[in-house]
Amino acid sequence: MAQANSDIKYLTPIAVDTTKKKYCRFKKSGIKYIDYKDADFLLKFVNEQGKILPRRITGTSTKFQKKVSQAVKRARHLALMPYVADLLK
Amino acid sequence: MMNQYETVFIMTPVLSDEQMKEAVKKYQDFLKDKGAEIVHEEAWGLRKLAYPIQKKSNGFYHLIEYKDNGEVIRDFEVAFKRDERILRFLTVKLDKHAVTYNEKKRRMAKEKKAEEAK
Repeated sequence: MAQANSDIKYLTPIAVDTTKKKYCRFKKSGIKYIDYKDADFLLKFVNEQGKILPRRITGTSTKFQKKVSQAVKRARHLALMPYVADLLK
Repeated sequence: MMNQYETVFIMTPVLSDEQMKEAVKKYQDFLKDKGAEIVHEEAWGLRKLAYPIQKKSNGFYHLIEYKDNGEVIRDFEVAFKRDERILRFLTVKLDKHAVTYNEKKRRMAKEKKAEEAK
């Protein structure tokens, strides 16, 4: 019996509920405007190469993802953030 | 219809302090002459650029927030393009959220300053 149990255990994926639900931080904390001048804040939404992170990773809602990307692009234009970089963080 | 706009521009680091102030003054007067109302101004001073622009790695940042019907902007940007002292500029129209955000930010900065003065 113990043998059978252990077999099943390894054949089926172990159901561990570790997935945390993602949420949109702007909706949650009620931020309405994303400042392109605040480069330190925008760093949270780019990877270490300076690329904008997708929604699927940050969990930002569509509405605010658009604003984030607009803000990052503005910051890049004003040389507050790099267009290309390695080891930004 | 008056809208609120915000322009950030970057000046070359080769300017002396006086030359920089003169350049800033020129643009302030430009706006005033055309009938725009300056709401707020910020000089960020000499900052490092995230990447070189025209082989310069530093620049004087200056921000002007103003109210206008939007007609001044075309001439304002043409003036920037003609000016060799300006490395970059960006004009943004502020929506209502942005206006409240900026006001809040200014108020906080003011309070902080007042606290420090105590």
